[in-house]
Amino acid sequence: MSATVPRIAVVDYGAGNLVSIDQALRSVGASVDVVRDAQAFADADALLVPGVGAAAPAMDRLARRGLAEPIRRWVAAGRPYLGICLGLQLLFDGSDEDGATTLGVIPGRTVRLAEAPTLPHIGWNQVERLRPHPLFDGIPPDADFYFVHSYAGEPAAADAQTIALAHTTHGASFVSAVARGSLVGVQFHPERSGRDGLRLLRNFVACVRSGQWTAEADRLPDVAAVGV
Amino acid sequence: MLRRRVIPCLDVANGRVVKGTRFVGLVDEGDPPELAERYAAEGADELVFLDITAAPEGRGILLDIVERTARRAFIPLTVGGGVRSVDDMREVLRAGADKVSLNTAAVADPALIEACAARFGRQAVVVAIDARRRTMRDGWEVVVRGGREATPLEAVTWAERAVELGAGELLVTSIDRDGTQSGFDTDLLAAISARVEVPVIASGGAAGPADFVRAIVDGGADAVLAASIFHRRIHSIGAVKAAMAAAGLPVRTVPELAA
Repeated sequence: MSATVPRIAVVDYGAGNLVSIDQALRSVGASVDVVRDAQAFADADALLVPGVGAAAPAMDRLARRGLAEPIRRWVAAGRPYLGICLGLQLLFDGSDEDGATTLGVIPGRTVRLAEAPTLPHIGWNQVERLRPHPLFDGIPPDADFYFVHSYAGEPAAADAQTIALAHTTHGASFVSAVARGSLVGVQFHPERSGRDGLRLLRNFVACVRSGQWTAEADRLPDVAAVGV
Repeated sequence: MLRRRVIPCLDVANGRVVKGTRFVGLVDEGDPPELAERYAAEGADELVFLDITAAPEGRGILLDIVERTARRAFIPLTVGGGVRSVDDMREVLRAGADKVSLNTAAVADPALIEACAARFGRQAVVVAIDARRRTMRDGWEVVVRGGREATPLEAVTWAERAVELGAGELLVTSIDRDGTQSGFDTDLLAAISARVEVPVIASGGAAGPADFVRAIVDGGADAVLAASIFHRRIHSIGAVKAAMAAAGLPVRTVPELAA
């Protein structure tokens, strides 16, 4: 890991707006590399997979560029990962949107939003946190984030408690953020969510820098601090 | 709960934000990136950037200005004007747009909506409908080329068709009301929003905060858009949101403003 400025590799696989992610990460002090092949992110400090749209064409493009397996290995190795929107959905086993088989690093499926009064779910909505996490440090509990999607990942029941980080309600409620170790994913777009979105990205960069991915209260006491 | 959005519109001609009455008599209102940053700070929920001279001049959108605008505003950006193909849409998205608005080109070739939605997802495809109340019978006719040319399409029927083809959102402008500050055409909005599942953005005719409330309450709109009243600081975004909140509508408050 780099000592001062973490190097974030943003995966470009032709599925969405990279300008805003690039600009947002730079504005919170990260060094950004837009990468199109696996060699280009091998020594990055964190991997960011963005994306909007459907799963099947996205998986096709990842496969064509030889990216699917390296991303899977990256997550399996416990290296820092941030998935945004489709970049989160692709972590699940598959998608109901088009039947695509996705990366399968989080048990569960991407499903259509249930009982939604309008679809796509477009606009600002609340993100109700289920447990403390440094990703949300300093962000007011009632902060709104920007969403634009019709599907969302649904963690398998056995893992839902440990992986779900936040819920959002549009019709029924769905999982809008997940975290498992240094793997985090958000269904909303922090790069388009104003000041609170930038704060979330700043927090992600801080986690990458410090290697601390749990809320302070949940951390084991530091032996050096309590000891002697 | 999903917030009702307030969206300033940047009508861009030759790289400058302009505003006229009924698409003519343009007046310079400023630099797109500067206005974008100002509106984001003032609590805009999203921005719409329409290159209104791209189509008449038969050229593509000014991508460098789209990118400079996208880099200044950390809120969503919809870009339209002169997008005629899947390749055009890809270039605009690559320049930093989150969504692309199709209008004249979609009327000329409805399959374009389908192709764009298949490639980029329907959430990235906004179909803009410019509608004018018919004189001889009920309903509204769709007009294109910035309101200069009538079509045989009826607006509500076209709205339903556009959504079937893959529009993820509709931007509905009343050409009768645009620039007149006589209020949104809530009948038109209600007729369309009752027939589609996707969000409807109301446009054309905003004069005061009460008009925005009516577009949502009476017109069923999910979002409200305006240009000149914001550019000229006749009403602030905060004042519009305060009126919406007072009417019981969910809005996003911006901490910088509330403090």
